[in-house]
Amino acid sequence: MARHGLDAEAKKGLTLIAPPLLYALAVLAAPLLTILTYSFLKDGYLEVIAEFTWGNYAQVLTDPIVRTIMLRSLIVAAMVTLVTVLLAFPIAYYVSFMVRPERKSMWLFLITIPFWTSYLIRVFLWKVILGYNGVINSTLTGLGIIDEPLTFILYNVNSIVLTLAHAYAPFAILPIFVALEKIDRSLLEAGRDLGESRAMTFWRVTLPLAMPGVIAATLIVFIPTIGDYVTPELIGGGKIPMIANLIQVQMLALDNRPLGSALAVTAMLTVALVSVVFLFLNRRFLRMRQ
Amino acid sequence: MSQRSFEGSGLRIYAILYLLFLYAPIALLPVFAFNSGTIIAFPLQGFTTDWFAQMSTNSTLRRALGNSLTIAVSASILATCLGIFAARATTRFEFPFKGGIMGLIMVPMVLPEIIVAMSLLVVLLGAGLQLSILTVIAGHTLICMPYAIAILSTAFSSLDKSLEEAAYDLGETRWGAFRLVTLPLVMPGIISSLLISFTISLDEFIIAFFLAGNEPTLPTYIFSQLRFPKQIPMIMALGTVLVVLSIVLLAIGEYFRRRGIARISGKDSGGFQ
Repeated sequence: MARHGLDAEAKKGLTLIAPPLLYALAVLAAPLLTILTYSFLKDGYLEVIAEFTWGNYAQVLTDPIVRTIMLRSLIVAAMVTLVTVLLAFPIAYYVSFMVRPERKSMWLFLITIPFWTSYLIRVFLWKVILGYNGVINSTLTGLGIIDEPLTFILYNVNSIVLTLAHAYAPFAILPIFVALEKIDRSLLEAGRDLGESRAMTFWRVTLPLAMPGVIAATLIVFIPTIGDYVTPELIGGGKIPMIANLIQVQMLALDNRPLGSALAVTAMLTVALVSVVFLFLNRRFLRMRQ
Repeated sequence: MSQRSFEGSGLRIYAILYLLFLYAPIALLPVFAFNSGTIIAFPLQGFTTDWFAQMSTNSTLRRALGNSLTIAVSASILATCLGIFAARATTRFEFPFKGGIMGLIMVPMVLPEIIVAMSLLVVLLGAGLQLSILTVIAGHTLICMPYAIAILSTAFSSLDKSLEEAAYDLGETRWGAFRLVTLPLVMPGIISSLLISFTISLDEFIIAFFLAGNEPTLPTYIFSQLRFPKQIPMIMALGTVLVVLSIVLLAIGEYFRRRGIARISGKDSGGFQ
């Protein structure tokens, strides 16, 4: 057995995992390696010239437009994450600690339903709510509270943040809920018995134990929002692009695949870097999970 | 205990407000779908079902629906089949590079879809392949697979190993034991994996937008119509139908998930752990 390096169990496991693994290699890994390669090649007219260059990365790092858009994407994603996680924590806490066990499924079901309905239509409906003749403006003017419709609520970063915070709400609630469910309730009683107040028990026992869930929620919201394409397009009116819109423009409209690839790779590296730094800063919470 | 109930009622009010925030956009859908005014704004005009009638006679919409159903059915079956392999492998066997392999397979769950779509597009165009429904199916299978695996792993891991061993002892082959014992027990997991994958694929926009070529799918059709104010009421009607459909599908999925838990005699933990 040892001579072959693999025992029977490992062989069976590898045979079973082969179809999904090969699929992921062909449809995910190979394309990602292709754009990584493209990002080091030169752009010719309607073709990619097979010649090594750092030029695309130099352009990505020095171009002020790229920098503005990259920074905006990071800030929007960070704001969305902060808002989403802060709003989600009390809900997860409520469902985990206050709702009777047999009704928890129903609450989770209620929370996840909106997430499964058409993303595009949900995003568009925020435009309807926030728009010039939208629900908020027509209600406020109808009630005589304002004379002119408010214009600052659509086509800006705030409306993008609100829409995305709505879209990713369940992603934040579920991981925090799972972490809270795992907390041994007797620890909380112990904290109380030892004379801690309710607030201090929450601060010193519940919150640290819930941190792995909060960290997971943060990453699960942050990573996809930074690459969101639809919301800047619809809610931002195409005037406040984020990194996904820029990648698409370079890849298709301008047909500069090497630069588009370099942008995609840079975006992925940025996301990975931010995630690693974030995990590093929170390492003490993740270590005490066991 | 009064402080606890006070805290509870405060949180309860917050929870209800939060649900209102979650449901606010969707609640507006039927309001405008049945509103006879052509502009999506208040005050409302009168009641009409014209938009639903207009929707049912639209031929592009019908084609988009056909394409979306073909894609969603194919992608959910493919993702669930691949998911069964992966779930069986991770829950039952130890093998080298298990963490790395599973990590790679689960990556699409956290990778921005624009990156998946763009990298696939570059490869397909580079290889000179025609963009069609098939390329969308390939992309959707990839992004549905991690969700299928997550659901199926739960189903496979709560399976009692001794049941299969009993089948071997009674003379069944490996395949026979899998077909007659394992498969029926994980069937609720398979059904909910199919439903979730179907729902994800049906709603997926980015990959369909870039990889479908000239073929419309429901989300890309909706996106193209959002630019024309005249078409919006019909899109609201379509959205209403889609919401009702998703809720029905999810309710069926939830029913099978619970039945699965009851069958394996576990306790309901809300689908986690």
